[in-house]
Amino acid sequence: MTRLPEKKNRSLVIKLAAIAVGMFGFGYALVPLYDVFCQVTGINGKTDTVAAANLDYEVNKDREVTVEFITSLNKMAPMEFAAETKKLRVHPGEFHTVNFYAKNKTDKTLVAQAIPSITPGPAAEFFKKTECFCFSQQTFKPRESKTMPVRFVVNPDLPDRYKTITLSYTFFDITDKPKT
Amino acid sequence: MSAVIAGHDEHHGHGPEKGILRWIVTTNHKDIGTLYLVTALAMFFVGGAMALVIRAELFEPGLQFVEPQFFNSMVTMHALVMVFGAVMPAFVGLANWMIPVMIGAPDMALPRMNNMSFWMLVAGLLLISSTLFMEGGAPAAGWTFYPPLVLQTGNALPFAVFAVHLLGISSIMGAINIIATIFNMRAPAMTLMKMPLFVWTWMITAFLLIAIMPVFAGAVTMLLTDRFFDTSFFDAAGGGDPVLYQHIFWFFGHPEVYVMILPTFGVASTIIPVFARKPLFGYTSMVFATATIAFLSFIVWSHHMFTVGMPISGELYFMYATMLIAIPTGVKVFNWTATMWKGAMTFETPMLFAIAFVVLFTMGGFTGLMMAIAPTDFQYHDTYFIVAHFHYTLVPASIFILMAATYFWLPKWTGHMYDEKLGKLHFWLSAVSVNILFFPQHFLGLAGMPRRIPDYAVQFADWNMISSIGAFIFGFSQLLFLYIVIKTIRGGTGERVTSEVWEDARKHGLEWTLPSPLPYHTFSTPPTKIPTEHLGGH
Repeated sequence: MTRLPEKKNRSLVIKLAAIAVGMFGFGYALVPLYDVFCQVTGINGKTDTVAAANLDYEVNKDREVTVEFITSLNKMAPMEFAAETKKLRVHPGEFHTVNFYAKNKTDKTLVAQAIPSITPGPAAEFFKKTECFCFSQQTFKPRESKTMPVRFVVNPDLPDRYKTITLSYTFFDITDKPKT
Repeated sequence: MSAVIAGHDEHHGHGPEKGILRWIVTTNHKDIGTLYLVTALAMFFVGGAMALVIRAELFEPGLQFVEPQFFNSMVTMHALVMVFGAVMPAFVGLANWMIPVMIGAPDMALPRMNNMSFWMLVAGLLLISSTLFMEGGAPAAGWTFYPPLVLQTGNALPFAVFAVHLLGISSIMGAINIIATIFNMRAPAMTLMKMPLFVWTWMITAFLLIAIMPVFAGAVTMLLTDRFFDTSFFDAAGGGDPVLYQHIFWFFGHPEVYVMILPTFGVASTIIPVFARKPLFGYTSMVFATATIAFLSFIVWSHHMFTVGMPISGELYFMYATMLIAIPTGVKVFNWTATMWKGAMTFETPMLFAIAFVVLFTMGGFTGLMMAIAPTDFQYHDTYFIVAHFHYTLVPASIFILMAATYFWLPKWTGHMYDEKLGKLHFWLSAVSVNILFFPQHFLGLAGMPRRIPDYAVQFADWNMISSIGAFIFGFSQLLFLYIVIKTIRGGTGERVTSEVWEDARKHGLEWTLPSPLPYHTFSTPPTKIPTEHLGGH
């Protein structure tokens, strides 16, 4: 075995194993990278999770955008959930309020989180909410129902090619998840 | 120096250990190669049986034999067994047998680690197979394990995740070993640009494995913590995103499918020149094409997810980047064809499989190009068209080349000739039935039949029936392969093969300069003269 270049093997193996460990880390690094990438490019329809403030837009009366509202429940969360208005035609720059209705169908206290999503994705950054039940976790007493307003405005800078914006909410039952 | 060599020979004077222990503790590259190949063949039949469960259920519309949940488990397990249990180990087995003798090395660089990677593979395969008997059944979310669906798996999920970890560690250790062998163990005369293409393609594959298997291990670990430790990597309720999983998975998944095809290219480039009796056309371009394909495989992953709602700029980038792959791949197909051009060709079984590979792999490549076109992909996505596409790149490509390699090198390994008549029969049965099996699936996909479903609308009945008939012919034809291999190991036709086996093979590779069957220890002293036919020189 004297011919075997043991030293060369050892350093090569260490280097290659380091690449493998590094790539394991890279897989995890993709998680924050993905979030940053989506935030910068605004491509996955994620909207702000905190209320927008100090919005002062000039209303564009010449243009109308259709805003649609979709509601759904994740994994059959034991709730009722609906938008009181399904569709609205708005002028960019105008503030509007739409009410959403949600009910806990169980006899236990239920904690739920609504996750918004906007289609088409690139329009998300032009859709501003000043009030939304999705900004925080919602606690429902047994059988409690709530009417929850969403106040929003469409930024007049929204490119002309967008005629319709769809806002979708999904309620997730997070009663069993630790609160953060 | 002579004293050193004498001591060296004394140390190696013995043959293999006696009895079963030989196979458990062996560090000999040929023994480990055999272990890998036998395991791969066994898993090929296990995965094939699962495929026949699928095709039996799809023979007619309606539910006949199995529950939908079990059907979906079969789809997932068939894929995992074939990818991680059959194709990848088979190529590692070939690498173990052939790379040391092709580069004039006495063994692999890290023989103990070699033994360990094999037994970890076995552990991983047993673990993943055990999920079939667990409460809630085996994983049934496709080989891609997309959340949130995969998080509904019963008790099997953590076992599947740990099985992936074991298989991943095994592959990474195997890959490190192969790179160390190629870098440090080559005969001094064997410079990098004189290496046979099988060695080149495996070296590039090994780098792919080291880069991607840890990423997959990370992705499944995130699934595990999402399910059991309340992390929210892929859970929208906690601020995660299921689409993120798809990105991480396909960052692994696309190079992974090339892990199964690049060594295939290497074997084809080895076999075709021998039976065309010509030097390989375009050796250097083959090396660079392989490296280019490997590089491109890292930057095209989102073409698997055109329908997730990517912005148009993303679709365009991934569309054009994917199409670029056709260029180096075209170079390869051109080179194989040019190698055969005006050659004095004979059509022994290995050559038949290799030619079928060139033709049918090209078809699989063309359907790949069709799906690279983002706007048309919306029609093909998740239909039987994609099933037809990747089976054309795996079965009549990777599997056929594994068959070709077996027929090509089995006489070298055993010293016995296989039965040429039976080999040809096996080839024609396989080549015809594989097309009956997969070609109709293109039509099914174009007509809109979704993949991964146990039942379907009646308009898909005819082509499904034909496809299932092809599947059963193909499946049972492989028993003939098993028979031929066993018969050859036990003495074959009785004809003693020469060291060359094939006419003038000596000019094509170092393995043919050694006696047949290959001695237990080879190249204790490095060879000084390197054959050049595979380089395109004279």
